[in-house]
Amino acid sequence: MNDAAPGILAVTLVTVATLAIGTWGLRFSRTTSDFMVASRTVGTRLNASAIGGEYLSAASFLGIAGLVLVRGTEMMWYPVGWTAGYVALLVLVAAPLRRSGAYTVSDFAEARLGSRSVRSLCTVIVVLVGWLYLLPQFQGAGITLQSTIGAPRWVGEIVVPVIVLINVMSGGMRSITFVQAFQYWLKLTALLLPLVVLLFVWWGDGAPHPVDAPASGVDPATWALPLAGADAQGLYLTYSLIVATLLGTMGLPHVVVRFYTNPDGRAARRTTLVVLALLGMFYLLPPVYGALGRVYADALVLAGRGDVLVLELPRLMVGGPVGELLTALVTAGAFAAFLSTSSGLAIAVAGVLGQDVTGRPVRGRRLSGVAAFRAGCVVAVTIPCVLALTVPGVGVARAVGLAFAVAASTFCPLLVLGIWWRSLTRTGAMAGLIAGGCGSGVAVLWTLGTPPGSGWASVLLSQPAAWSVPLAFTTMVVVSKLTRAEVPGDVHRIMVRLHTPEQVQLDRELTRRNPAPDRAGWA
Amino acid sequence: MSERPPERVRVTGPPRRRASRPVRPRRSQIDDATLVGEIYLTSLLREQLRLGLTGLAVVVLGLGIWPLLFWLLPDLAELRLLGFPLPWLVIGFAVYPFLWLVGWRFVRAAERNEEDFVALVETRDRP
Repeated sequence: MNDAAPGILAVTLVTVATLAIGTWGLRFSRTTSDFMVASRTVGTRLNASAIGGEYLSAASFLGIAGLVLVRGTEMMWYPVGWTAGYVALLVLVAAPLRRSGAYTVSDFAEARLGSRSVRSLCTVIVVLVGWLYLLPQFQGAGITLQSTIGAPRWVGEIVVPVIVLINVMSGGMRSITFVQAFQYWLKLTALLLPLVVLLFVWWGDGAPHPVDAPASGVDPATWALPLAGADAQGLYLTYSLIVATLLGTMGLPHVVVRFYTNPDGRAARRTTLVVLALLGMFYLLPPVYGALGRVYADALVLAGRGDVLVLELPRLMVGGPVGELLTALVTAGAFAAFLSTSSGLAIAVAGVLGQDVTGRPVRGRRLSGVAAFRAGCVVAVTIPCVLALTVPGVGVARAVGLAFAVAASTFCPLLVLGIWWRSLTRTGAMAGLIAGGCGSGVAVLWTLGTPPGSGWASVLLSQPAAWSVPLAFTTMVVVSKLTRAEVPGDVHRIMVRLHTPEQVQLDRELTRRNPAPDRAGWA
Repeated sequence: MSERPPERVRVTGPPRRRASRPVRPRRSQIDDATLVGEIYLTSLLREQLRLGLTGLAVVVLGLGIWPLLFWLLPDLAELRLLGFPLPWLVIGFAVYPFLWLVGWRFVRAAERNEEDFVALVETRDRP
């Protein structure tokens, strides 16, 4: 098992560094009264690095390169959409969401609409989206360890959840900012350095242009075409993917939580702008791996193992110790991707579970905040872990794409209409969430449960966002108009809170019900 | 500015009304939810929403035009500039600076709107 040594070393180092920075961050945060205040003095760059570190998941690190290798340029719409999603987030929700003081979408829904039932429904959706997103992370960890150290798939699918659980339960929200900021730069380095070497090798080889390479996958013309096929279905799939990623980003549970750590609305905008730059920098790289794979990694296409391209390519192109070193580096980056995204999701899911499920009194007894959060963590991580072990691999980027579709069909209309439209009512929000959630949810179950077909029904279900997002928006608007009497009386004050700059002294307190509390983190 | 005229002094008779209302900034109109306060708030909301939707429209058009273009003219995908296929140049490279620029323009304009709003509501009207 000499082959495995660099991989094991890389994984161990990343794990140790993650836990160490987590502990150091914990100590740092003890000097201030709580973590959230500490993060308010940290500034936009660290915050943006943390958002980038959390956001760039296994789908970004491994999935895109594999998809570009196998399916071609059409798959580059994934990273484009994932970045454009931050523009949509920036222009429509970033500053108001921060000003609302909401820690989760559930908090936002309750503060905006004053309804416990909308809150509960949001919590259910947050948990489902979180699990759908965690599942491919854990499965990606399985194939990573399988590819680099030859361990069976279940090893990675258990190791990553366990590390996430230890890290999140001990440090909670306090330490995670530093860990995730570190992991963004680790991921960027782990992809950039090997790529520079590989490009030199390709250039020195005088190997063919990636498009012209005699690969066994799709033919060059199809590979270069940025559409999912040259027919109308291909056009629909491409547009639907763009809609899902563009509008889904703002509804992802771990993204919303991160916006809470900005000091004010203005900083939330500036942070998002830095995030845009960081993501743009990162997403230049994975497609190039896919292109080089067309020249050097044809065997992976034949074996149907596109997802491991980033991990295998250095070894395939460069032999000897240099190849091993580069492999160790990309393995470290991939592992950082699983850890940071999974930790962020675990915290977000555990947060809502701790508030709404495990924190509920049972027969008169109630868990304390921290205990409820920890119990929530266990539930948040265990269930997708079990799913990862039992469900066959669904493809990292595809499963994540479906999570975006669900978020776009539920939380995007809720946030956008809640922030900009005074006439949204709780019944309208409820109806829209149910319509969008059921529509996209059925599509997800269908796609995960049945083999891909070629009829229009199958195409519409495999990429639902293009119809489920308008459905949710329309339902919300129509039902709100029908239940006009329910518009909250203090909607004026809510709009003041969401939209006016903090420096203007205005009454922002919401009367007659609990505002989204300015919570000081969970730990 | 030495040629500035001396400050004007208003010469009046004894005040008819004893208690004049205190000088309040305009923002109190928003707290009181008066018609004027509502206008201040709505104007900010409208401006910011218009700005946000414009930004979104630029992104949607800037990205959305390409699938249609490649669908209508598939040969375009085989075009190469400096060895790079056109689709790569567009959705692999150029798109990221484009998205950042849209974001940058939006942030500047949104902050300016907010500064205008602050200047407007922090003005103290004479009672």
